[in-house]
Amino acid sequence: MTKLCSLAEAVSQHVHDGDCVYAAGFTHLIPFAAGHEMIRQGRKNLTLARATPDLIYDQMVAAGCARKIIFSYMGNPGVGSLRILRTEVEAGRLEVDEYSHFGMITRLQAGASGLPFLPMNPTAAVDLEQSNPNIRRVIDPYSGRELIAVPALHPDVAIIHVQRADVNGNAQIWGILGEQKEVAFAARKVILTAEEIVEEDVIRSDPNRTMIPGFIVSAVCHVPYCAHPSYTQGYYDRDNAFYLEWDKISESPDAVQAWLQEWVYGVRDSLEYWDKLGAEVHNRLKVNPRLASPVNYGDY
Amino acid sequence: MEHTASELMTVNAARLLRDGDVVFVGVGLPNLACNLARRTHAPNLVMIYEAGVIGARPARLPLSIGDPTLVSGALSVCSMYDIFTLYLQRGNVDVGFLGGAQIDKFGNINATVIGPYDHPKVRLPGSGGSQEIAAWANRCYIITPHQKRRFPEKVDFRTSAGFLSGKTERQAAGVRGGGPQAVVTDLGILEPDENGELILTALHPGVAVEQAVANTGWALRVSDQLKITELPGEEELRILREELDPTGIYIK
Repeated sequence: MTKLCSLAEAVSQHVHDGDCVYAAGFTHLIPFAAGHEMIRQGRKNLTLARATPDLIYDQMVAAGCARKIIFSYMGNPGVGSLRILRTEVEAGRLEVDEYSHFGMITRLQAGASGLPFLPMNPTAAVDLEQSNPNIRRVIDPYSGRELIAVPALHPDVAIIHVQRADVNGNAQIWGILGEQKEVAFAARKVILTAEEIVEEDVIRSDPNRTMIPGFIVSAVCHVPYCAHPSYTQGYYDRDNAFYLEWDKISESPDAVQAWLQEWVYGVRDSLEYWDKLGAEVHNRLKVNPRLASPVNYGDY
Repeated sequence: MEHTASELMTVNAARLLRDGDVVFVGVGLPNLACNLARRTHAPNLVMIYEAGVIGARPARLPLSIGDPTLVSGALSVCSMYDIFTLYLQRGNVDVGFLGGAQIDKFGNINATVIGPYDHPKVRLPGSGGSQEIAAWANRCYIITPHQKRRFPEKVDFRTSAGFLSGKTERQAAGVRGGGPQAVVTDLGILEPDENGELILTALHPGVAVEQAVANTGWALRVSDQLKITELPGEEELRILREELDPTGIYIK
């Protein structure tokens, strides 16, 4: 049964005010178009979870979508701070639930595995543990040694961008895998956005590359260029210039609101956004092909 | 040959790497240092990135830690859970590079907040991978400019552990890694003494002991075997300027 629908329909049907949303992707495959759609639809009081909130959550917080953030590195990667998030946290206007990267992805691994928590070895740095009651200690029943525990995370909705999927939501990813698979299995619902919708035969031709099976997916949306200014390996490059530019824009709340007006509220969808970026940006982000050697699965 | 402070730190950090090391690489100067070491004395260096990339051969300078150039031509790509468990927690990482807003007398690092956690004066990005890298990599190196505000006697928040209040405390905590082995600054190099206290063990040519002392927030002790580092060589500077950072993003 096809799960294909527009991104606007998927957000309208599956993302509700007050939900915990995890827009996945470690630098790679960040579904900006979905973030922008949530802003356009005026979602409120969301708990936004991501290891690296990145610009997508800086923008969603600026648009007033969120009341809480769950994260492990709140910076603009390679550039500096996420100024809006930083200001909101310093002002005490945004609730914080913080981990190390390993703590964050261990929460997802526990959620994805159907376990209530997972242990980690201690790190001797206890200040975060003492600041966050979710980080606790458990005794290893075999050695008697103390370990650190974090609880399973079950986002209400995961939004996951992929290179290609079929209409049933069987999805293939290559390049940096981040926490995509774990988030998909940990979440209650999965919205998939894909650069390409392909026939099921294409998926079946390379089953080792399938990270997400269709039967855990609620909606499949065909959203080319969904990840800009993040990237999709082999499809388009990361727009590093925009990451640097956001650092300037986000110095001024007025400039941020003007940017949201022009690039989010002022466009209908991600295709209009991509067109508006123009040929110069399109050319700058073009990627030359570099193909893998084919593998032989054998005809049995 | 003239050089910048960043070049000086990068070259000295690169020299700390050994051929065959498996290194957990961060963006910026650590990335330059690792790529420089691989092109000079450590051709078999294996570069691992927290995004889940193993054996990267970046063809261009990555701005972010998740740049696509890290993937193309790498040995392997895995999930973040795999990189932190199979590689780091299991003990397969030799070297970690760390940075932070504050580094204290015992090499503890603050990358989380200045001021109290619940009402921070300055909210910093937070741990990222550093809490576990500092604990579990066999050796850790820190690269940072030598400024008094970056070197307080005690950090406001321990994001990642150095030697806590002394080497025995870290040993008692039972973490597998050896902790910070060196802090490379633009004035010289600090290394832990037998108690884990960072002391001045080397100065860069032309720097006076007093400069290092004046720019450190605790009473910095000086090793009785104080060394002078070798100036960056022409070939090291050529690789940095022409091959690794031709537009001068990091080494300016």
